[in-house]
Amino acid sequence: MTSRLVLAAWWGCWVDPIDHNGAVGLYRDEGVVLRTQKLGEADRIITLLTRANGRVRAVGKGVRRTRSKFGSRLEPFTHVDLQIYEGRSLDVVQQAETIASYGDRIVDDYTRYTSGTAMLETAERMTAEEKEPATQHFLLLVGGLRTLADGAHTPSLVLDAFLLRSLAVAGYAASFEDCARCTRPGPHPFFNVAAGGAVCPSCRPPGSVSPARETVQLLAALLTGDWPTADQTESRHRREGSGLVAAYLQWHLERGLRSMPLVERS
Amino acid sequence: MYEGVVQDLIDELGQLPGVGPKSAQRIAFHLLAADPVDVRRLITALTEVKEKVRFCRTCGNVAEEDQCRICRDTRRDLSVICVVEESKDVVAIEKTREFRGRYHVLGGAISPIEGIGPDDLRVKELMTRLADGSITELILATDPNLEGEATATYLARLVKPMGLRVTRLASGLPVGGDLEYADEVTLGRAFEGRRLLDV
Ligand SMILES: [Zn+2]
Ligand SMILES: [Zn+2]
Repeated sequence: MTSRLVLAAWWGCWVDPIDHNGAVGLYRDEGVVLRTQKLGEADRIITLLTRANGRVRAVGKGVRRTRSKFGSRLEPFTHVDLQIYEGRSLDVVQQAETIASYGDRIVDDYTRYTSGTAMLETAERMTAEEKEPATQHFLLLVGGLRTLADGAHTPSLVLDAFLLRSLAVAGYAASFEDCARCTRPGPHPFFNVAAGGAVCPSCRPPGSVSPARETVQLLAALLTGDWPTADQTESRHRREGSGLVAAYLQWHLERGLRSMPLVERS
Repeated sequence: MYEGVVQDLIDELGQLPGVGPKSAQRIAFHLLAADPVDVRRLITALTEVKEKVRFCRTCGNVAEEDQCRICRDTRRDLSVICVVEESKDVVAIEKTREFRGRYHVLGGAISPIEGIGPDDLRVKELMTRLADGSITELILATDPNLEGEATATYLARLVKPMGLRVTRLASGLPVGGDLEYADEVTLGRAFEGRRLLDV
């Protein structure tokens, strides 16, 4: 388990908890909108990652009408405070108030937008079961979107940091120093996705790659939140790192992300 | 489950967007009880739409000929193109009577989470239309929601080297909505107050 302290160190900010008491049939939570899908004439199904209830799907009634009072609050990348009614088949959003809207700053830049969308899809895929609490993933996503929207770091670095940390929260933290098989202290010249990261010459399984030392250092920096190191890296090491992260993610997800091939790498 | 053909009908109706199993069943039983003349008219409409309607070779709008009615109209302003997501947005904008140029129908918006990127839309066709230099203004009228905004951002950046005037419909169209639901007055105002995009 990743503690809040570690999360705070990763993104350099606290993501504070809000206390919510829910009535039966009606619950209050906060969440980030991951995806919206058209439903019927003017409704949308809103998929959210919430703080207390994990991934939730709920109907936003009438949100496609331009007069809708909360249409804009239920757009992807928005962090909202919600009141949801538990319906028989689908839950229904009754109230939504914006806590933070990252969409405006993300959508202004196409590279940010495609990176951000891959983050939303990852958050959705990492929370396989609906309504299974996934607070660490929620906190990670809020921190990640805030960092992306702030624009202080290159979008593709923010994305790779997010992917490595999501995998770590899910229990698949990659090793970038010690051998992932025998724990012999590194650095080691080989990297193997299936083995879990860096591997020593004697453990090295077939198909291991030998990335540049700087690339492995970059990935370690992204995982631990060492931005000064990450920001100074060269683009060829970033490209190689993104390839390793994508392969590592692909290994742990059953099928690839749809948004990944569309991510614009600067 | 119902017998043979009734279940087939329910299954087919259930494939339509926004129609769940319950609605499919309701529509199927409505059709079973309906006057045969009414059903025949529906069948004719369905057959004709597939036989006669095509997509305009220039703009991608629905058309009954090689080109749509708007592209064939010589009185329209040939120097302005308004980019929309769907053909139904063309209808909504035409109702305002604010726009006298021609359109370009993309066929959707960029949505990476659904696997839809620029190559899945009619972006290349737009670039071809802009290549001869006769277009001076490009109005981006994609939906006022996140995916529509992202599509506008992408297109504005793509055409920037061409040096034409790129505008976006004015806000006043609340973010989150579909363009087709905007009333004529609001949409008309959004056209008048369109702003220059600078990326
Ligand atoms: Zn070893
Ligand atoms: Zn046309």
